[in-house]
Amino acid sequence: MTRFNSVKEFQEYRESLNTAKKKQTRKIISLCSGSSCSAYGTPGVYDELVRELKKQGLDDKFEVKLTGCHGFCEKGPIMVIHPEGIFYSQLRKEHMAEIVEKTLKNGELIKQRLFKIEATKAKVPLEKDIPFYNLQERIILGSNGIIDPASIDDYISVGGYAALEKALSEMTPVAIIDEISKSKLRGRGGGGFPTGIKWKTCAKFKGPRYIICNADEGDPGAYMDRSVLEGNPHSVLEGMIIGALAIGSEQGYVYVRHEYPLAVKNLSMAIEKANEYGLLGKNILGSDFNLDISISRGGGAFVCGESTALMSSLEGKPGRPRAKYVHTVEKGFRQGPSTLNNVETWANVPVIINKGADWYNSIGTEHSKGTKIFSLVGKVVNTGLVEVPMGTSLRKIIFDIGGGIAKKKKFKAVQTGGPSGGCIPEEFLDTKVDFDELVRLGSIMGSGGMIVMDQDTCMVEVARYFVEFLRDESCGQCNPCREGLKQMLDILTRICEGNGKDGDIELLEELGETIQKFSLCGLGTSAPNSVLSTIRYFRDEYESHIKDKKCPAGVCKPLFHYEIDENTCTGCGLCAKKCPQEAVTGKKKEPHSIDQEKCIRCGICYDSCKFNAIVIK
Amino acid sequence: MAIKIEIESDKIQEIINRHNSNPENLLMILQDIMEVYNYVPPEVIPVLVKELNIKPSMIYSVATFYKTISLEPRGKHIINVCTGTACHILGAEKIKSAFKEKLGIEEGQTSEDLMFSLESVRCIGCCASGPVIIVDKKIYGALNHSKALEILETYEKPLKECEA
Repeated sequence: MTRFNSVKEFQEYRESLNTAKKKQTRKIISLCSGSSCSAYGTPGVYDELVRELKKQGLDDKFEVKLTGCHGFCEKGPIMVIHPEGIFYSQLRKEHMAEIVEKTLKNGELIKQRLFKIEATKAKVPLEKDIPFYNLQERIILGSNGIIDPASIDDYISVGGYAALEKALSEMTPVAIIDEISKSKLRGRGGGGFPTGIKWKTCAKFKGPRYIICNADEGDPGAYMDRSVLEGNPHSVLEGMIIGALAIGSEQGYVYVRHEYPLAVKNLSMAIEKANEYGLLGKNILGSDFNLDISISRGGGAFVCGESTALMSSLEGKPGRPRAKYVHTVEKGFRQGPSTLNNVETWANVPVIINKGADWYNSIGTEHSKGTKIFSLVGKVVNTGLVEVPMGTSLRKIIFDIGGGIAKKKKFKAVQTGGPSGGCIPEEFLDTKVDFDELVRLGSIMGSGGMIVMDQDTCMVEVARYFVEFLRDESCGQCNPCREGLKQMLDILTRICEGNGKDGDIELLEELGETIQKFSLCGLGTSAPNSVLSTIRYFRDEYESHIKDKKCPAGVCKPLFHYEIDENTCTGCGLCAKKCPQEAVTGKKKEPHSIDQEKCIRCGICYDSCKFNAIVIK
Repeated sequence: MAIKIEIESDKIQEIINRHNSNPENLLMILQDIMEVYNYVPPEVIPVLVKELNIKPSMIYSVATFYKTISLEPRGKHIINVCTGTACHILGAEKIKSAFKEKLGIEEGQTSEDLMFSLESVRCIGCCASGPVIIVDKKIYGALNHSKALEILETYEKPLKECEA
């Protein structure tokens, strides 16, 4: 492959790809190979499918394409048969022979593999008709399901790098920045800072400027950046190249978590290919613009998501944040002007350049434009990645797209914004999600983590979990964060162990406010959010832990026990069989009972009972 | 655990060269050394000091700051229990205590026979498949107490055969 030396050459290449695509007679079968589907068994399914196609003589009629994350991770591994868009989920390799024989050869649908709407029991054959997908607006994730992340040609043929062509041939750097400013794009990493202003300020300062992509997605429970990098790495690169052109930077970095090996692999491949095609390196597409992009792997430190800490880590040092009297756009990486944006922010850039700021402004709310990807996880039926316009209500995301709460349990709260965010109760489900609305409720949108909690989640224990996480991840430089979080954790642990005291709630509130006000960086200032928001909305749960010594959700082991409800128990004996302590006894078909001395409250009986006869007391 | 190991200097040199002997790449150099030995043996530190022209304190500072670096030897198989929020809500603690009980070790420890280390990771982004564990580099999803122990057995068996 030779380098493209002009925009025109490159455009001709895209046309040739599209002509070849039109002549292609083989139908495409996309098989999701994102991390989640792969964990469920995509590699085995792929091998079997390829073997079966060959065996039944259909390998010249179908092409199997391993794509990035389709987002519906709950149902993995996922297959979509194009051009019809037939959607099969939860595949095992044993299913392949039948799919090849019936669907691919004879055009019959296999009912068992189709998606079923829980409420109506209706089977949905096509991807576009599944509520999980058709209620979304996938401007960033859309290509994930159709392109092979390892193939730059796939990306080019769906219009990839067209925004770069436009930026190089029709726009000045100032015009690019103006367009981004006009789009009102705000940082998707959680800060929500206007990207246009960031770029404009950075471009003002002298010296070698750097552009950096923050892919240190440390929020537990959030994985949209991973899926974009794994499934469509070129979209992030294209955004970065346009950003570098606008700011005047010749060196870029992607700081990505070491825990995301597939993202690192796909991104490395993408950088290599972009260099080969002349989209990176010296004289990009024949212009006088040069840019190198390297990958730096993070080391599993949550604080490195903070801009100054990340830059310190990029320099090979421990990732400790510094006070931002001087912003990183002026003095950041290597003391040079640096522009840091999150993966999703970069991926929005080509879309804005291609379709224009006016189009982009038509999506979203007054102060939050465009779409946002949420990772909808926890106790929800359809877990996965959801991309919706800013301003979509929590209810629509959790109940219409997410299908509501699993196992017919009751919704309790949704935690947004990761460890720095807060928990939002049922009464605010109609809140429109954007940067500003959630702050009013004492939470944040953050990078897009959305963890659904049901009646079995203890809110005190959840707050304890987040504070423990943040205490572990605190860099330890400033007192309020280091000592304050430790004290908060001690108090919360004490409450969960049944040793809570009067005044503990007030003490937590006081500590929380101090930490918020006086910490050095964003980790500290947002750390108490989970505690303060759970106290605000679930104060009664704290009180029952402290005063009644009860954990109503049945999570804090010293504060509850299991009993078997005599009237509901059918005596099936399943719990007795599963109990590792042999604590459950009883005669067949007669109500069983639990020996409280032997019971270790592992919850196996509670989870396994099909009649909800085991109750938390 | 005091284990003396022979350092393969070619391998270390190759890792340093791959990262252009650039001290800015120290963290990635340490990660690549982890790939070879499962930990950063003390013997490599003088090599890094010389080749990267940095102080030993900088190496210790970086090695102790980041969770993916260990200065202690670890087991042949590394079990990482994901304790990200989604996995936590879905029962990661139960999975962790199953391993603790079975292996007789606490988190961060290595079994006496040096076969298993039990660690936790804060989210690997497979939140829809939780609770999730990673053994060496393989991801297992949608686990419960008994499934987790079944997985452990598959790692024990071939090794027992090896010993015999």
